[in-house]
Amino acid sequence: MGIKAQNISKSFKNVTALKNISFDVKEGELFGLIGPDGAGKSTLFRILTTLLFADKGNATVAGFDVVEDYKNIRKNVGYMPGRFSLYQDLTVEENLEFYATIFGTTIEENYDLIKEIYIQIEPFKKRRAGKLSGGMKQKLALSCALIHKPKVLFLDEPTTGVDPVSRKEFWEMLKRLQQKGITILVSTPYMDEAELCDRIALIQHGKIMQIDTPQEIINHYPKNIYNISAENMHNLIECLNEYEHNYSVYPFGENVHYTDKRDLFNSQELYDFLQSKNLKDVEINNTIPTIEDVFMELTK
Amino acid sequence: MESQNVIQVQSLTKKFGDFTAVDAISFEVKKGEIFGFLGANGAGKTTAMKMLIGISMPTSGEAIVAGFDVYKNRDNIKRNIGYMSQKFALYDDLTVKENITFFGGIYGLKKNQIKEKTTQLINDLALQEVANKLVGSLPLGWKQKIAFSVALLHNPKIVFLDEPTGGVDPITRRQFWEMIYQTANTGTTIFVTTHYMDEAEYCNRVSIMVNGKIEALDTPKKLKEKYNATNMNDVFLKLARSPSLTLPKGNGTHTEN
Repeated sequence: MGIKAQNISKSFKNVTALKNISFDVKEGELFGLIGPDGAGKSTLFRILTTLLFADKGNATVAGFDVVEDYKNIRKNVGYMPGRFSLYQDLTVEENLEFYATIFGTTIEENYDLIKEIYIQIEPFKKRRAGKLSGGMKQKLALSCALIHKPKVLFLDEPTTGVDPVSRKEFWEMLKRLQQKGITILVSTPYMDEAELCDRIALIQHGKIMQIDTPQEIINHYPKNIYNISAENMHNLIECLNEYEHNYSVYPFGENVHYTDKRDLFNSQELYDFLQSKNLKDVEINNTIPTIEDVFMELTK
Repeated sequence: MESQNVIQVQSLTKKFGDFTAVDAISFEVKKGEIFGFLGANGAGKTTAMKMLIGISMPTSGEAIVAGFDVYKNRDNIKRNIGYMSQKFALYDDLTVKENITFFGGIYGLKKNQIKEKTTQLINDLALQEVANKLVGSLPLGWKQKIAFSVALLHNPKIVFLDEPTGGVDPITRRQFWEMIYQTANTGTTIFVTTHYMDEAEYCNRVSIMVNGKIEALDTPKKLKEKYNATNMNDVFLKLARSPSLTLPKGNGTHTEN
């Protein structure tokens, strides 16, 4: 009864935005669509929230068909688009009041659901939405999307451009909403957020490349991955790129994630090679792949 | 030593009414350095950056950018820096070539220089096939790479990058940083903001702004040691707090839009 999408395709003129997308979100699940800008995430959201027709395929949300039953879907879902649809010249309070009214409810009736989030912005309830910081706009937009107690919540890149502290807080809020029984479909370009979802779909160029729990997706990573560090990062990357057996070389923070072409990789040999290039403080260690490693492998 | 500093900031302050968005910040950035300018949303990063690029007048304090004073020589600052942000980079309804010509003109390049730069840029980024396509039709990652190159057209001393990689796919994000490294190696200073904490690790030095003040400034390595953190994300989480109820000082005013 969560979300069911079958063979959804959508093109705009000669651009194919979605190719044969199929996936299910179970009731009460926190499901993540993980992919960069232009992957097709927003188009998919607009089809599922009945704002756009698919060219092919069908979908249901909360048990309602996105075409036949669009009115029921609109009553039963909350949608937070990438660009927050807040009225900039209404105050915080007025925005919330407005959304409650158009859904035929009141702030009081569902206050329990939004309390934890709204309480953080309540001191600024007389301030116009346009004058809020990004993090506060995000909280107000979420409150507005929740005020009619939706069964399914759609969040399109709610954390894009948001700093790590606010992102962390936002995900904690999502977890609590999930515990209240709300099904959540959330999209993000931040791969580190993927592991906070129950299941994820990795999406690129309008295609779903993989669907599974974050842990299973990581387990299926086909190669052994090594963390390599050295005093000079830039030289290290150049040397690794020169190394004839390299399969992939990607900087990851203070380390480089390295995979080798050969099945039997000899770390001593690579160590010696890097030493011969005069790199200092070389360290090579086995490491666990991240969702970002998987994503790069799939799009390589 | 001082002549090597391309940005020199002393007690720089910006007030909006009774709200202090930037509160007496002081720091310097060296030639060829990759300087990460971090902070939570609303901490004052964009306001500070606007003063440094000469589009917002400070309330008090001093700053010299590329050798020019932020009060008296703002036009000269603009001629000597490049700027690129995620929100605004290129004109979508101009082609790649038209964008280069347009920005080259704005930066005061001569016709033959623009022609030369256009050829060079298109070759460097392997854009031969899309040179006459509208920028709006290109993937975001391409646009960002072109925008970065365009911000370098006039050989600026400093490039300001405001969240250049937001939303970009992970491979392109890494290619983008490769371009940043190369540019810094030629002596151009990079001043960059980002919300990706792994990118903070790629900077030579990083400052973290909290409620208008610079709360920490050092190399990523030293910051991690100082705050006993395993990565920059931990450092950030320990230091930076978004303006919210839990923070009496932050009043949540956003001055960036």
